[in-house]
Order: sequence, then structure tokens, then C-alpha cells
Amino acid sequence: MRDKTMPADEAVSRLSSGMTLGIGGWGSRRKPMALVRALLRSGITDLTVVSYGGPDVGMLAAAGRIRKLVTAFVTLDSIPLEPHYRAARERGAFELTEIDEAMFLWGLRAAANRLPFLPVRAGFGSDVMRVNPGLRTVTSPYEDGETFVAVPALRMDAALVHVNRADRSGNGQYLGPDPYFDDLFCAAADTAYVSCERIVETAELTKQGPPQTLLIRRHTVTGVVEAPNGAHFTSCAPDYGRDEAFQKTYATTPWPEFEAGFLTGDEQTYQSAVREAT
Amino acid sequence: MTGPSRAEYCVIACAEAWRGDGEVLASPMGLIPSIGARLARLTFAPELLLTDGEALLVRPDGTPEGWLPYREHLAWVTGGRRHVMMGASQIDRFGNQNISCIGDWEHPKRQLLGVRGAPANTLNNATSYWIPRHSRRVFVERVDMVCGVGYDRADGARYHRIPRVVSDLGVFDFATPDRSMRLASLHAGVTVEQVRDATGFELTVPDEVPATREPTDEELRLIREVVDPAGVRAREVTA
Repeated sequence: MRDKTMPADEAVSRLSSGMTLGIGGWGSRRKPMALVRALLRSGITDLTVVSYGGPDVGMLAAAGRIRKLVTAFVTLDSIPLEPHYRAARERGAFELTEIDEAMFLWGLRAAANRLPFLPVRAGFGSDVMRVNPGLRTVTSPYEDGETFVAVPALRMDAALVHVNRADRSGNGQYLGPDPYFDDLFCAAADTAYVSCERIVETAELTKQGPPQTLLIRRHTVTGVVEAPNGAHFTSCAPDYGRDEAFQKTYATTPWPEFEAGFLTGDEQTYQSAVREAT
Repeated sequence: MTGPSRAEYCVIACAEAWRGDGEVLASPMGLIPSIGARLARLTFAPELLLTDGEALLVRPDGTPEGWLPYREHLAWVTGGRRHVMMGASQIDRFGNQNISCIGDWEHPKRQLLGVRGAPANTLNNATSYWIPRHSRRVFVERVDMVCGVGYDRADGARYHRIPRVVSDLGVFDFATPDRSMRLASLHAGVTVEQVRDATGFELTVPDEVPATREPTDEELRLIREVVDPAGVRAREVTA
């Protein structure tokens, strides 16, 4: 079996500016933050980011790496509004494609199933139609004749996700209550990089959790990165909860100061700076 | 037992949104709607399904009875057996709701959350609203960005329904010929003038405005001793 393990910086070195990049997790929950930090260390920019947005979007927006964002929301959950995202959006730092949460889900499913679109009962009457003039509709060929929004496939060049466990060949396992959409991100992207709290032997996976926790299958995975505490400061249940104190620091510190304090070195430097700060 | 506080009238008014809904998922966003949904579940709406706010369906005491991760929750919306109570940064006369941004969407003055699930919610299942501070900044003539769809823009969408809007001043519905907002009841101690002053559009006010119903002693006990013993409800509604 091919060994797909690699350091975070190598995973990021396979990405390039201008790519469409999907980021897993949800809000401030199980975000692949170590991979995002590696991305911030690289010179990669001009990205189209597809994400149920949290601090991943906030950081990339603050650092000026996003050309276009596709999302339904950006939030830190316990802090409803993401301050760095807000500031970037209010200064017009990037283009925004704003769609409904369910439209986003069906866009991922369409991409994962190699369909050009899927019909969704959402959008009509709302300004999602006004701010997305490219959205098309589709009418049922059956007696009901209802018209739906044809949500286009959210196909991506690469996906970044973080899970609790993985083996060396890319079988990924979530151990918390919610898988979010990480398997769909991997299936909807041409390449996918999975970071995990711990790499274990394949035989160990079903001892960690039942088979239905093995949601990410290796055929959708390009690289596996071992990154303990790699979702920090977002939550990664049951391994750890959100670091609320540090998230507050992130949300209340001016970006240049936060960047200088935590993001100039490698991941180890980040993790020790976090330990010192808290 | 002391008389009900304003926050407790709000809890009752929110709980009433789910009366008669049957075996559907109650999705309250915000503190007081969450207390209201649990109160309804414990009293007059025992069939309601509730979540822990994460991925579990739970009984009122927290016992898990099912699994509902976000992907299933988003799909559940399309099945329609759900009644959500969302917040609103702005709401207008026909129930259009905004939580996305203030000002021109192209160049927002204030970026807020984003549309979230509001467009799909309003076209697929009952959607009520909770507004903890009733003011002209929230109750506006026209919202800046339509996230939740109001009656004038729903175009007869087959599953569109806005049962009620609850604020710290009263309860509102759309039981008028043109489906514009109507004052349905006033919380104790609130006057029609107060509501009119705090509303940025022409509101239909019936000749006789009912009072929001009184909580029963049992409901007050449940709110104070079982559902919200820490009294967090007073943080959301201070009056």
C-alpha cells in the first residue's frame, strides 16, 4: 500500500496560487488549521476558497490570500461574527459568492457525483438570486412542474480537512459526534490532503471507533499529514474542545500583531507560542 | 412565587410558536427560543424533537434519542417536518429577514453572518423569528439583503410559512389580507405606542389587542427550576 504521509509544508508545496481550495470543518469546528498555517507560511495566494467559514477564512482573508470566497456564513461560533473576515469584506478585499448552507451541501454532492448541478428548493425570493446572477433554474419534467435552483457543482482543485485518526494510505476517521462534510470535500476535489491528530495502523482504526466512523476513504486522499493539535484553536472532539481563551485572543488582537506573535515560525513554534500565551 | 418577568413572557410567546406542530423538529436559535422550545416539549407539545445544538437529538433531560449531524439537519429541512425560530438583524413589513450584511451587499457597511440557512428554511419549513430588542434598526421598511423570504416575495411557494415573530415587546403575525405584519399580542406592561415607536414601518394594529398569555404556575416553575435555573434568560431580555 502506498505511503501517503508527508509533512504539512510538503502538502502545501503541491498547491499553487490561483487554485480553488476547499476547506473542511464547519465554523470554528475541526478546521485543518495546521494546514492553513502552512498555507500562510507559503507564498500561495489568489485563492478561490470554498468553506463553511470560520477562522480558516478569517486568517486567509486577513493575510490577503483570497481572491474569491464561496460560503454561506463565516463565524467563530462562540463569537458569532468573525472579526478579521468582517474587516476584509468591509474593505472589499475579495469577491464573494454567497449561497445558502443547503445549496452549498448540494453543490458538494453534485461535484462528488460528477453531476453539473443538483436541483434545490432554495434561493427563490431571496437576494441569493440577485447577488449570484449566474445561478440558473431547472423545471421538473414531471406533472408537478416545479422550478428549482440548479446549484452548480462545487468542484475544487484541492481539499484540506482535519480528522481524529488516519492510516498511512489515507483512510480517515472522525471520532466526534459530527463528520461535518469532510468526506464530500475530499470526493469533490481533484486532490485532498488529510491532516489528523494521530496516524495509526490500519488495524487500529476499528479499535478507535466503529466502522461507520471511517468516512474518508483512501481513493479520495492524496496526502496524509500527522498534526497533533492540528485543529487548534477550533474544536476537535473528543480529542479536545475549542480553545476559547485563545480564540478570544485571536479575535481581539489586531491581525499584524497576531501574525507576528504566532505565525512567523513553523507549526512547533506556533504550538509553543500558544502554550506560553495561555 | 413572584410575577412573571418580561423574559418569561418572551419564553411563553416563543414556546407557543410550536403549539400544535406535532412530531416535528424544533430548531430554536438563541437563548429565549431554546428555553421556549424545551418548555413547550415539557408541557403542551410533548412530541417535539429537540437537538443539543450539536449533532444529537435529545430529550429535555439531555438523554440522546437520535443522531442529527449538520448534513442530516440540512437535508431534514427539505422534508419539511421542522419549525425553526431564527434571529434577524433586520425584518420588514412582509417578513423578509436579513442576517447577511448592513448596507449595499457589494460594499457592506457592516458584514454580518451571511445568509446561512435562511433561504432554504423559508421555502421548506415553518420559520418564525425572535428579536430580543425591538427597534427601528431591526423592524425596517426594507431589509438590505433578503436572506429569509417574506410573504411579498414568496410568490406562493408551496411550503412557505412564517407563523410568528416574537420580540421583547409583543407577538406579531401576518394574518392580514396582504400578508403584512400585524400586532397579535402585547406583553404585559407594553403599550401599542411603544411598539409603534419602535417599528420602522406601518404595522396593522387591531382595535382590541390581546395580551400575551400568562404563564401558568407550573410553567413558571419549569422555567425557573428546570429549564433555566441559572436565569440566563434575563441576559437576553433585561426589561
